Amino acid sequence: MLINEAWLKEFVNYSLTTEQLTDKLTMAGLEVDSVAPAAAEFKSVVVGEVLSAEQHPNADKLSICKVDIGDSDALNIVCGASNVRAGLRVAVATVGAVLPDNFKIKKSKLRGESSNGMLCSEQELGLADSADGILELPSDAPIGTCIREYMQLDDTIIEVDLTPNRADCLSIEGVAREVACFSDEKIQALKTSPIDESIKTQKTVQVDAPEDCPRYLGRVIEGLNASATTPLWMQEKLRRCGQRSLGPLVDVTNYVLLELGQPLHAFDLAKLQGDIVVRRASKGEKLVLLNEQEIDLDDGALVIADEAAPLALAGVMGGEPSSVGDKTTDVFLECAFFAPLSIAGKARKFGLHTDSSHRFERGVDPQLCYRALDRATELLLEIAGGNAGPVTDVSNEKSLPNNPSIKLRLLHVNSLLGIEFTAATVEGYLAKLDMQCVNGKNADEWMVTAPSYRFDIEIEADLVEEVARLYGYDKLPHVSLNIPSTIVSDVESRQPIDRVKDLLVDLGYQEAVTYSFTDEALLQKLTPNAEFYRLQNPISSDMSVMRTTLWAGLLMAVESNLKQKQESIRLFETGLKFTVKDGELRQEQMLSLAVTGDVWPEQWSEKTRKVDFYDVKHDIEAILNLNGKGATGRAAAFEFKTAAHEALHPGQTAELITANGKLVGTVGLLHPALEKSLDINKPVYLVELKQDLIIDKSLPIFEPITKYPWVRRDLALNVDKNLSVNSIISYISNLECIIKGVILFDVYEGEGVETGRKSIALGLILQDKSKTLVDQGIEMAIEKLLVSIKDLFDAQLRE
Amino acid sequence: MENSLDKVVKDAEKELLQADSLADIEAIRVAYLGKKGVFTRQMKTLGSLPPEEKPKAGAAIHKAKEAFQSTLEQRKSALESEALNKRLAEETIDVTLPGRGQRIGGVHPVTRTMRRIEKIFASIGFEVATGPEIEDDFHNFEALNIPAHHPARAMHDTFYFDAHTLLRTHTSPVQIRAMENQAPPLKVIAPGRVYRCDSDLTHTPMFHQVEGFVVDKDISFGALKGLLSEFLIVFFEKDIKVRFRPSYFPFTEPSAEVDIECMMCEGKGCRVCSHSGWLEVLGCGMIHPKVFEHVNIDAEEFSGFAFGMGVERLTMLRYKINDLRLFFENDLKFLKQFN
Repeated sequence: MLINEAWLKEFVNYSLTTEQLTDKLTMAGLEVDSVAPAAAEFKSVVVGEVLSAEQHPNADKLSICKVDIGDSDALNIVCGASNVRAGLRVAVATVGAVLPDNFKIKKSKLRGESSNGMLCSEQELGLADSADGILELPSDAPIGTCIREYMQLDDTIIEVDLTPNRADCLSIEGVAREVACFSDEKIQALKTSPIDESIKTQKTVQVDAPEDCPRYLGRVIEGLNASATTPLWMQEKLRRCGQRSLGPLVDVTNYVLLELGQPLHAFDLAKLQGDIVVRRASKGEKLVLLNEQEIDLDDGALVIADEAAPLALAGVMGGEPSSVGDKTTDVFLECAFFAPLSIAGKARKFGLHTDSSHRFERGVDPQLCYRALDRATELLLEIAGGNAGPVTDVSNEKSLPNNPSIKLRLLHVNSLLGIEFTAATVEGYLAKLDMQCVNGKNADEWMVTAPSYRFDIEIEADLVEEVARLYGYDKLPHVSLNIPSTIVSDVESRQPIDRVKDLLVDLGYQEAVTYSFTDEALLQKLTPNAEFYRLQNPISSDMSVMRTTLWAGLLMAVESNLKQKQESIRLFETGLKFTVKDGELRQEQMLSLAVTGDVWPEQWSEKTRKVDFYDVKHDIEAILNLNGKGATGRAAAFEFKTAAHEALHPGQTAELITANGKLVGTVGLLHPALEKSLDINKPVYLVELKQDLIIDKSLPIFEPITKYPWVRRDLALNVDKNLSVNSIISYISNLECIIKGVILFDVYEGEGVETGRKSIALGLILQDKSKTLVDQGIEMAIEKLLVSIKDLFDAQLRE
Repeated sequence: MENSLDKVVKDAEKELLQADSLADIEAIRVAYLGKKGVFTRQMKTLGSLPPEEKPKAGAAIHKAKEAFQSTLEQRKSALESEALNKRLAEETIDVTLPGRGQRIGGVHPVTRTMRRIEKIFASIGFEVATGPEIEDDFHNFEALNIPAHHPARAMHDTFYFDAHTLLRTHTSPVQIRAMENQAPPLKVIAPGRVYRCDSDLTHTPMFHQVEGFVVDKDISFGALKGLLSEFLIVFFEKDIKVRFRPSYFPFTEPSAEVDIECMMCEGKGCRVCSHSGWLEVLGCGMIHPKVFEHVNIDAEEFSGFAFGMGVERLTMLRYKINDLRLFFENDLKFLKQFN
């Protein structure tokens, strides 16, 4: 909200600099967003009167004017504005004046006629973005006065960002109350004279929805001068609050809204048919609003109607057909209190946000209507003449909000703030805020009622905040947090996911963070059988569906980095994926990898190669082995099983299964067809694992170290090409004999091995815990092994 | 006899000097000391000498043999040292060449900041809690004293799935879930992703927050001030100015926003701080009695405070990042700067 100091000072005569004022406002909870001068810099512009305006002999559009600026001689000034005329008081930039943007006024000749100054428009003075003609000053503007002084242009516009609870400050008067509070000044009550109700005309008002509209005041004003214009002082105040002048009828209602915070609406009396009814709209009713938008009303919308049709969307915006215009002479002025809940959401529903709805949604002082209606009447009569009728008042007292009487305990104030206030201090603050304060049972206890404009004060804590605010948040003491220390439990059998992330970092991975919502078409390709969770109001169509796999974001990151000519990409991400199973939403923590390009960065004397399945598998095994058990590693407890996945290469896909058969996740090469359709055009290996199943950790249990030496025997075996090598390795690893370990050191197919077979080379580690091995024992163990693997795996010893 | 021995020694020395490999040395050693070597043969001649000459001749041979051996050892060690020097010269490398191997990666700057925040709060016993990102209206709004049509809802541009299901707009629902499941005393920190339907230069539809809260007996606003001031000084490793000013959140009362002195201009006022000299970094306050009511905690017995901070904002301030959108573009040129 925009306020200005000049207007504020009409209400409270504070003696603070602008900087002190804005600082105090911010520290009182009325955050100042910006501070700007009311007018750009300019000098030597004074009030003048056009004595005569003659047609320029050589230019159709120019006039030669004699202008009195209070000096002995009138100035000769050539002016191009069409509204220049004798008798008009104007803003005269004299020779030597400097206008905004460093525009200097010099003596000049225009088409042969000398000109000693310039008659200024609002635009030229930096008061408006555009102007139709020169600025017209009131006829009583004192000639020769500096225009900055006359128009109070040395003023400051302050933008305040109000929190939703401080609707009481949505007016100059409201802010002034706050300023009065922290500057120890009294607020100057607005002086209004009683309205002379010179006519009897009255409009009957029927309120069918008393809960939504507990108070409705209306007044007829007749005989307004349709050609009246808004006085400059009012236009200026409106301008400084960001409002354009739209003629006296609208300007006066806007002015009162800014001044006191009460929204009002003026209907053209001639356009109303019969009585006014405040009611809920019926289905099918329509209304064309002031902004020419036609809205379909439903049963919920609160409207102001006449006997024929809805006239206005209550508290939001008036309708076009009943609006005031250039020819309006008689008006019906509405000043009502609408219940916040009845207005809340209504403007938004129709894509509207108005000064009126902004205030009614947050709340308006229910007692303000009378004062505001009189203020608006007074201003209208002053500007446009006319005769006012008596007020029609339909109030439903029991639906009007009443501020509660709240118990406030000194002890509570002090314990909640961590301070030691005395009862007198607290009472002092409450008094400043015009809170009604009655002593309770004890001296340290009060029953407090907030003034009607502080409808945000509902509970004791609200009062504590007020006390803290007035004392100053910054002055409140720092207290050390006094909580009994208890040791936080530490579960060693679960690996923190951070450890896994650190491992990946050490393996060369970079962590990515991608959006949780993504493109449905992309997800369709990656998880064609998944059910999607769709946003109702996505930011864009390519961010409309919750991810069913983290691959979506990672692949987009891979693609954009490849475009940036990155040769080697290793990304990982952790986060939720969103799937639906049996109609139930599941949000599961995943860990995903995407790897492409060189296995190592390019470096001297070491040839790099492209990353392959086994490089990526190594990294998964490393994660599993983090929680490992000795030399064999925990990875051995997991199984990589050949699998199929819609998004992956059918020959390079594996599922990772736990020892008890649970699916941990999938690893594989992005399907070449997808690789092409996603415009990646490089092989990308993808991994997705459930965090839950990889962070289990077993406690190591010590085994005695044997002192007897181990020996190694190498075997070359001929096996079927399709045999899973892992099956034979895990068989050997799990044997209960002197073979303690097995190392796979070669896999070979081709020359020397018949078609359909392959050769695998294994190194066996043999050791006896209780004695040194002798050849005979070794031979026996190997012989036994060869027999069993021949039976089980058709593995034959190669000679 | 002695003359001939001298000659033998002289010849041997000559041969040793000419030898330029350890193999040659070995051959010479065998030629002189081997079973059929010169000295062995010389010893055999002793037998034919008269007994009175034997000792003298024997001693002479022994002396010559020792002389030979000493020369041989010298020569051998010279050759060995020459060979070692040669090898060392051959094995000399350019130690200034870069090392080889895999490069290490890094965590995302958001993770870096969240870890830092968690670590600082863990040092005084805060526990980390997490919650779902697809939330229900109750936990995200109702229980936090933001009923339907509350004006504060307009400040949270919410992504909806249906009337009751939404993407959490803040990490505060974790506060509700924690209080539903655990009795005070509570000291919890809840980091995570949050979502708002807003996208421009300074807003991304997804960002990260860390929520923290404490519930126990006699928890005061003063304690909140103390904790957060200390936190900010530790986080930025700088004795920065911190100020608390009144604000409004439906779930806290009293509420405050916390500003730090602008680090770009040191409080003088610049574009980054909109010429105010201050930067807003945290929202906080005393937990609202209605929030306690929703989770069945007796507000007369317990009090507590809660605070929330934007992770991206703190990250940008700490590492001087000037564009929020970089966070989710995942450009390696950006990410690698935080390794």
